[in-house]
Amino acid sequence: MMVEAGSAVGHVRLAVRELAHGRVGSGHSVTGHQGLALALFTAFVSITLAITVWAGRRRTSSEEFFSGGRLFSPLENGFAITGDYLSAGSFLGVSGLIALYGYDGVLYLVGFLVAWLGVLMLVAELVRNCGRFTLADVLSARMSARPVRIASGLSSITVAVLYLVAQMVGAGSLVSLLLDGEAARARTWTVVGVGALMVFYVVCGGMRATTWIQVVKGALLLGGSIVLTALVLTRFHGNVSDLLRAAAQGSGRGGAYLRPGLRYGGSGVARLDFVSLGLALVLGTAGLPHILTRFYTVPTARAARRSVVWAVALIGAFYLMTMVLGLGAAALVGSGAVRASNAAGNTAVPLLALDLGGGAGSTGGTVLFAVVGSVAFATILAVVAGLTLASSASVAHDLYGSLRRRRSGPSAAPDAREVAVARLAAVAVGAVAIVLTLYAQALNVAVVVGVAFAVAASANLPALLFTLFWRRFTTRGTVWSIYGGLVPSVVLVVFSPVVSGGSDAIFPRLDFAWFPLQNPGIVSIPLGFLAGWLGTVLSRAPADPGRYAEVEVRSLTGAGAA
Amino acid sequence: MDEHDGGRAVRLGVEDPWTDALAVGPWEEPVAAPAPTPSPGPRPGPQPAPRAYPPLMPPALGGVEPGVRGGPLPQPGAGAAGRMERDRSAVYREVQAGEAFQEVRRRYRRFAFPAAGASLVWYLLYVVAAITAPGLMARPVAGAVNVAMAAGLAQFVTTFLLTWAYARHARLHRDRAALDLRWDTQERVR
Repeated sequence: MMVEAGSAVGHVRLAVRELAHGRVGSGHSVTGHQGLALALFTAFVSITLAITVWAGRRRTSSEEFFSGGRLFSPLENGFAITGDYLSAGSFLGVSGLIALYGYDGVLYLVGFLVAWLGVLMLVAELVRNCGRFTLADVLSARMSARPVRIASGLSSITVAVLYLVAQMVGAGSLVSLLLDGEAARARTWTVVGVGALMVFYVVCGGMRATTWIQVVKGALLLGGSIVLTALVLTRFHGNVSDLLRAAAQGSGRGGAYLRPGLRYGGSGVARLDFVSLGLALVLGTAGLPHILTRFYTVPTARAARRSVVWAVALIGAFYLMTMVLGLGAAALVGSGAVRASNAAGNTAVPLLALDLGGGAGSTGGTVLFAVVGSVAFATILAVVAGLTLASSASVAHDLYGSLRRRRSGPSAAPDAREVAVARLAAVAVGAVAIVLTLYAQALNVAVVVGVAFAVAASANLPALLFTLFWRRFTTRGTVWSIYGGLVPSVVLVVFSPVVSGGSDAIFPRLDFAWFPLQNPGIVSIPLGFLAGWLGTVLSRAPADPGRYAEVEVRSLTGAGAA
Repeated sequence: MDEHDGGRAVRLGVEDPWTDALAVGPWEEPVAAPAPTPSPGPRPGPQPAPRAYPPLMPPALGGVEPGVRGGPLPQPGAGAAGRMERDRSAVYREVQAGEAFQEVRRRYRRFAFPAAGASLVWYLLYVVAAITAPGLMARPVAGAVNVAMAAGLAQFVTTFLLTWAYARHARLHRDRAALDLRWDTQERVR
């Protein structure tokens, strides 16, 4: 294990050296912020590797690997949920959108936060009571296990990979910024390095390491945001109105900056996209696989509820600060400068940090810039680790388990085998995410996250809610609702402006986009619910009232909970 | 009203029971008395947390830990398994039909459904207003803050308030009854 850790550190060093070379080779001098940022980042990586090695020394049962032993406290899990949820999409993407589009960027924050009410009241406790490791556990408590597990495993993996791509795009933009817009080679190396690290965390440390990494990262991220927010507010003497006015001025759009419609106000299509995004954000969280697996790391449903309460408080506070940072970037850096650095706005906060510290070249600016850069990196690393773990759990526990179990009845696959498969799956998921990311560098992180939320809301949420609350829901309904949400949402994204037909699309030179919206939610979420209803109505076998009774009693009382 | 930890009601779980998670087994809530009737009155201080296995369910005996499983409980022998399955199902249906469970269910649904629904409607109103009534949303409220910004902040406030209210409601009106049902059911299912 130590040898593996050592080689991973070596790998990072190599990547770091490569980055430095790319920079030096092009004839500029290495500026201070790069050295400091790399040092801070190396420190974070070393800490996380130490955590991983420590956690990896335990015996690895599935219980340990997928849910970290289930003994985390609500406070710890609340921080870990915060760490899992506050991705590069929030820290870099949304603050960038606020810096560029003002009010229309705020929608993201409100949606991301309000979503937690649904998670708290309808999902967290019940899922904790009914499941063991994944979403599919809850569904198969009532339904015929095999088809439901396969469907739910596939949809969870799809969501996780989309979300992963968003995070790693963020890592790429960040590095280009640290290296002054330098080059494909450094980006590629970063993406590969991040991918290798996340695989290492998951393979060696399982859920225990991943959770502690989330906790450390959540604390770092909140700390960094508090410092920056305080600096922005100090600059405006605590007067929010002044900040808003300065932001409107710095955006170059005047009053329109503070009103709805700068990004989504033009055509009817753009407005529809706004609603679609809003719907996806508020309904998607409850279907995110890496969030659902978090509830299994605490001992009881009550602890799950308390961790969500903690998470709502921490996430809400962070989002209020994100709003200030986005506005501050518009006010102090200016939307034009943000756009010039990264057209999608992903680099607004690092630029703001540079300015707050005293501007380019000053010591303060250099230090803050480096701190923010490495916090953002830590964020990305932690979130990708959580996602990789969730998707490897889906592969091992849902797909592999049910494909293998076909003949041998419901008895579970041997623990050791399941964990081994999960480790292999983590490597495979990492590889897929790396390759996809290399194609997606031009996208805004928050937009891709919005798409991932839409898929989660369409494919996972209807099946989950119907299973928990609808007496007549059947296996066929479950399978139909998963595929009926998953397939339309993915197909619509493929034929949307996100993938082709625009300058910031994945394939900018091709144009096969016939679906006008960036976010498919407004179409695919109702389709998911509709398909679930239709499949249930058309089922040959009615629902088994005994198994519904079991799910209902278990979900509300915790009887027989893992 | 069962106010067993009413003293901690207003604080959002700051004194998290790391202790109560550690003091008892991994699948247990701290429970003062496994008796099905909740003892009324406030319970001061940290709750005593005896190892509260239901008497009939030592985990060593069953071979399978009560509850470390997702689906039906596997048992050797197809006929026996089928019978087990029917028995389990019957127990769960009986518990589900019982007044105690119906009360827990009612309390849960009466709070969670309207609250979740209302928050969703309020959020969608906020989103739709941005595209259908931009004039209204642009109206200034105080200083540079307009209706749109104020509504966004109001969403934050309602989210915090509802979170607090739900956690409080669950703790005061549902947790105890659910816990009693849990032990009761687990005993009977075994």
